[in-house]
Amino acid sequence: MSSYPWAAGYIDDGDRPKIVTSRFHLEDGYTLERYQATGGYDGLRRALAKSPAEVHDEVRGATILGRGGAGFPAGTKWGLMPADKYPRYLVVNGDESEPGTYKDRLLMERDPHQLIEGCLIAAYAAGLAQVFLYIRGEMPLAHERVGQALNEAYAAGYVGTNILGTDFSVDIVLHWGAGAYVVGEETALIESLEGKRGEPRLKPPFFPAAIGLYGQPTIVNNVETLSNLPWLLVNGMEAYTAIGTQTSPGTRMVAVSGHVNRPGVYEIVNGTTTFRDLLYGDEFCQGIRNGNELKAFVPGGGSAPWFTPEQLDLPFEGRLVGAAGSMLGSGAIMVMDHTTDIPAAALTLTHFYAAESCGQCTPCREGGTWLERVLSRIVDGNGTPADLDQLLEIGESICPGAFPHASSSALGLEATPFPYKMTTICFVGPSAYAPVHSALTLFRSEFEAKITRRNSIPVTAVHATPETAGAH
Amino acid sequence: MARLNDDNVRLAHEIISRYPRRRSATIPLLHLAQEQDGYLTDDAIRHVAELVGATSAEVLGTATFYEMFKFEPVGTYLINICGTMSCALMGAGELMRHAEQTLGIPVGGTTPDGMFTLEHAECQAACTEAPCLQVNYRHRFRVTPADLDRLVEDLRAGRLGAEIPPHGTLARVRQSIPVESAAGAVTPEQAGAPAWFPAKDPA
Amino acid sequence: MTATENAGTPPTDDAPVPDPNAVQITVNGVAHTARKGQLVIEAAADAGVYIPRFCYHERMTPVGKCRMCLVEADSGRGPAVTVSCMVPVMPDMKVETESPMAKRMQEGVLELLLANHPLDCPVCDKGGECPLQDQTMTHGPGESRFVEEKRHYEKPIPISDLVFLDRERCILCDRCTRFADEVAGDALIHFISRGNTTQVMTFPDEPFASYFSGNTVQICPVGALTAKPYRFKARPWDLEEIESTCTTCAVGCRTVVQSSRDELLRSQGVDSDPVNWGWMCDKGRFGFEAVRTERVTEPLVRTAHGLEPTGWNAALRSAVQLIEDGKLAAGPSAVAVIGGARGSNEDAFAWARLAHDVIDTPHVYAQMGDGLPVGMLAMPRATIDDTAAASTIVLLGPDLKEELPVLYLRVRDAVQKRRVRIVEFTPRESGLTSLAWKSAVYEPGGQVEAVRAALADPEIADQLAAGPVVVIAGRSNLAESSGATVQAVQTLLAGVPGATVLPAFRRGNVVGALQVGMRPRPGGLDTRGILQAAADGKIECLVLVGADPLADFPDTDLARRALAGARRIVSVDTHLSASAQHADVVLPAAAFGEKSGTTTNLEGRVTTLGRKVTAAGTSRPDWMIATAIARGLGTDLGFRSVDDVTDAIARMVDGYEGVTRDALADSADGVLSAPPATIAAIDPVEVEVPVRNSYDYRLVVTRKLYDAGVTVSNSPSLAHLAPGQRVHLHPLDVERVGVQPGADVRVSSSRSAAVMRVEADPTVLRGTAWIAFNQPGGNVGDLIDSTAIVTDVRIENL
Repeated sequence: MSSYPWAAGYIDDGDRPKIVTSRFHLEDGYTLERYQATGGYDGLRRALAKSPAEVHDEVRGATILGRGGAGFPAGTKWGLMPADKYPRYLVVNGDESEPGTYKDRLLMERDPHQLIEGCLIAAYAAGLAQVFLYIRGEMPLAHERVGQALNEAYAAGYVGTNILGTDFSVDIVLHWGAGAYVVGEETALIESLEGKRGEPRLKPPFFPAAIGLYGQPTIVNNVETLSNLPWLLVNGMEAYTAIGTQTSPGTRMVAVSGHVNRPGVYEIVNGTTTFRDLLYGDEFCQGIRNGNELKAFVPGGGSAPWFTPEQLDLPFEGRLVGAAGSMLGSGAIMVMDHTTDIPAAALTLTHFYAAESCGQCTPCREGGTWLERVLSRIVDGNGTPADLDQLLEIGESICPGAFPHASSSALGLEATPFPYKMTTICFVGPSAYAPVHSALTLFRSEFEAKITRRNSIPVTAVHATPETAGAH
Repeated sequence: MARLNDDNVRLAHEIISRYPRRRSATIPLLHLAQEQDGYLTDDAIRHVAELVGATSAEVLGTATFYEMFKFEPVGTYLINICGTMSCALMGAGELMRHAEQTLGIPVGGTTPDGMFTLEHAECQAACTEAPCLQVNYRHRFRVTPADLDRLVEDLRAGRLGAEIPPHGTLARVRQSIPVESAAGAVTPEQAGAPAWFPAKDPA
Repeated sequence: MTATENAGTPPTDDAPVPDPNAVQITVNGVAHTARKGQLVIEAAADAGVYIPRFCYHERMTPVGKCRMCLVEADSGRGPAVTVSCMVPVMPDMKVETESPMAKRMQEGVLELLLANHPLDCPVCDKGGECPLQDQTMTHGPGESRFVEEKRHYEKPIPISDLVFLDRERCILCDRCTRFADEVAGDALIHFISRGNTTQVMTFPDEPFASYFSGNTVQICPVGALTAKPYRFKARPWDLEEIESTCTTCAVGCRTVVQSSRDELLRSQGVDSDPVNWGWMCDKGRFGFEAVRTERVTEPLVRTAHGLEPTGWNAALRSAVQLIEDGKLAAGPSAVAVIGGARGSNEDAFAWARLAHDVIDTPHVYAQMGDGLPVGMLAMPRATIDDTAAASTIVLLGPDLKEELPVLYLRVRDAVQKRRVRIVEFTPRESGLTSLAWKSAVYEPGGQVEAVRAALADPEIADQLAAGPVVVIAGRSNLAESSGATVQAVQTLLAGVPGATVLPAFRRGNVVGALQVGMRPRPGGLDTRGILQAAADGKIECLVLVGADPLADFPDTDLARRALAGARRIVSVDTHLSASAQHADVVLPAAAFGEKSGTTTNLEGRVTTLGRKVTAAGTSRPDWMIATAIARGLGTDLGFRSVDDVTDAIARMVDGYEGVTRDALADSADGVLSAPPATIAAIDPVEVEVPVRNSYDYRLVVTRKLYDAGVTVSNSPSLAHLAPGQRVHLHPLDVERVGVQPGADVRVSSSRSAAVMRVEADPTVLRGTAWIAFNQPGGNVGDLIDSTAIVTDVRIENL
């Protein structure tokens, strides 16, 4: 069995180590009964047997890189809180909505107790007085599963007052989102949790570890990040760091979608698995559909600059990918084969970020929409030659200076590494520009073809259907 | 029906009590109002504002920020077809055109019988199962035009009632924190390290 | 000299002590010493470099939204894109506001702001004084490449009775919305929707009815918000202006008064650090309309046909005659002078000299029986800044939001940003109750008890002992004798040694008038005494200087009897008030904006008044009228110009020694006067509160900002904002009366009865009834007995 009807999308062929998906093959893996029968809450017991500082050291030593997108080590993050300011809060970021990304939804639907246990370990280790579990509004199944699991966990004495007979007491409050991508940004998440519009706060000064929820020190951790903690506490730091590389230990959940033969969510070994492994490997996606050629892929969620086949041999490692001109982000790869209409594909992403802009800062609110409208005109066959440089000019107003991109030997381009400068409050504005910039830098001729109307691709076809795809 | 009914007011107070600041309950209470009426009425927004201690304008500002809140009636079934990259690459555009045809309404419209509202949606976190859609936020994966027709038929015939509640109802399982085991909301005013935690963080 | 060479010795005067708050930075390569914690945008301004901005406003929390103020700053890790309105200076920071990157960012943001901004500048009220227009000139790319269709919204929509919103022009800088929430506490406008369709909006049927709405128009950096009274009235380049001080209430907000073609058109707040921070209330901002509405433009004398116009010579002769006749009939103390609080210090001083030195009557008073005894001014005085810096503010007075609105803003700010705690004693919930640390709602007559109980509460006692305490003391209920409040203040001061008092006196220049001499000499009567004497037929000549007892004195029946009983009445006024209509001669007075001079605010701060327009008709400043009457009575007061009077005040009035014209010219924020030592402290007061009889509701009467007074009723933009006369009862009491809210009920006291609408109002204490004073459609003053400690009323279903 490699995939399961109760976990659509998840694939676990091969004998890769499993840290967070170890119960996905069990139909009832989400119940307390099954969780306990498979070692559940042992990590919490082990944590409570230690001092909070010892648990914190264990997490710090494991270098669990944040799985939400920024990749900041969780243990280090916890250590950034001022030593004398209380109460501190934990906000769990379950507002997964980056294009191409899903793994947190599966973790919440398939193994909610693992997440709850992770929250408890974090709260214990970092002295967090209350936990808010913010789940994306459009995920009612995740909400039901986590809600049910919390009800069970309260009844069993894992959550609430005097947990497992100790003086450790904490509430975990399940919180609803209501549909806004930008709320996945940690400070916007906090604003939203305060009952306000989900507008990101400025960093500095609003680093959540110092000034977070209600102005108090707050840790915002991603669902997958926290789901690593029970395994870590049971198996220990050495076992954890034995998987993956020194700079990127453990595993990661990666969703590969688009034009591959076997799109799916895979738990992969961090730092060593290459994009080629993922796209072409037998235990992963098994190549491009219909034997087509790979044209380009987005390596780290919709915000990431694009790669071409030239970057296939890069491993799934943040610093190397950053140096190559993109980012790993949220662990989402979107694959485009040679039939793809590149400007139209870029438009879907630019449209996304323009539509999801919170609107508070000028460059994102005005620039994102402007980019979308010019791009849309080009895709509709109404572009003008000046539009291409105009797109880059608008981009320059959002991200002044060099914008990261991949190298291309065909075009004679050197890579421009991460990060970029930005005039916006958060990364949504730059994300609207990233696909435009990548597409224009790597595939400028496709834009020019649309403007001179030499292109035979119908203006409405973002994709080519499987039947026609092979004909090219 | 416009303000929250008595049962929902009770539920609202329970939800509010979980938060250190009552305004944090704004979004959950708006969901409660939407579950009650199918969309957010002005009176319900006003009522939520009273309950969370904000002005109506502030609550409206919050509500209009989030796509899930509707300010006029929508169909019993809200069909959201994802159009973001992975789904677009796999035929979302075609699926949307087909849905418009099947339902006889343009994207954004509601069928005259009030049964369906069709919307374009952004990424639904099911990108490997493209193209996908949600009916009242319940996923459908790898949807072909034929699948869509069957889905519409089943919904019309009431065959999916058990699985898909009417628009506004989100989770049918709610969190409920038993009074005796609740650790309680911790307000920012409750300074001092928690009981189990050494006052001076050794980190 | 050698001291500094010895290591370890403390620095002497020769060696500058390093300032721990100094931070060395460079701005565009020029060295500058900034203050620790100072924002880059402010530090650059101090260094003479203006960084363009739209959302940043120095009196509000920075939000960094517009991105116009982006600069490059290098704190040692290379030049970084820096939001200069959010980031504080760091040691050795190198700030570049004009580097190619900084210029590119500024041009980029401006181009994006203009992308959706309509280019309707020729028909925009803001054109000519528009920061967006100005910064496009100085920092913009010069052309727009935005060829797409711009955003469209319905053109200006009224968001309140006073303010229009044009969403197409809005650049979403969050100034108005931040002001409404953070400064005014009226979050009735808010961003709604998201992203490119974000807009400022009110909730349906809940308009932006804030007392401070005009400030949003002033701080809007584009023409998105416009004020109804000014829309399409003038172009900025046609306006002439002068700085002045608003005299609508006693806060004394600094303002700039603007006119065109000799007509007042607009008032804008000026940022005076110790006073108003640039803010104004809408009554102060828009009340200038009254200056040009229904004025008395020429002297009037009573003839067989009523009041008829006449010339100044004849009118002055007849005023002098009336005073002389009064003196002849029963001696100088049969003449009484009430008023002076609406004018300038100079007006009040000239009238005080006339009354005391020329007429020689002891019966002179600037208050209208709605304040506290003048002796309150002898208490240790606090300034507004002292109040904001206190650790506890005790409120024992009127609802500041209704009566001294900008003081309310300052107190609100102190609570929210400086964590000052409020201990409030009030007869009903006030505008500050929700911010109060402790709020005691007492029944009329019960405030002394409430204060005693608070002092006995260990938690409150600890708080009061923890740091400076300022008492804001004023009249909290016009249907209750001032004695109760005086006793409460005395009780409090006895319990909190070292507490200081900010007198919450209300009328524009009342503190100035009292301090420069408009107060009784020993043996003289206060206003109630004067009116009583007049009612008893003992006043031969009553002089009303901008005073309208029928509208302002709480006991309307006494005022009515007084005007009937006074043998002769001289009125000096800007408008033909209800009381002036009883006069034998009416002398037209110049109004705000028509005369220069000085004014004293409630903390004793003296600031200048500016003359911008010609006085209406032949009206003259009060001081000039007093001087002319004195001359008619045979005395030359020696005043040839207003400056002569200002100089005389500095020379002659105890406490005003430092208030010279030179000192005023040198200080933008005015000069603090001290209370004259000749104002005697109030002797200990003890009131005895009567028990309730068959009149079973204790009456609370307070003022609302908008009422039937001269300013509001003669300002067309404001007049309809007065809520009208209603009786407010606790919802359970409404039930007890047996009516539905909104029904008419009969309210009767031992004095009189009136029919008015009843409102269910949970902010009202059970067993009390609250009625706003001097509202259109009835006068609650008819019910009030000013000799009683409290007024009880009966409320009946009709």
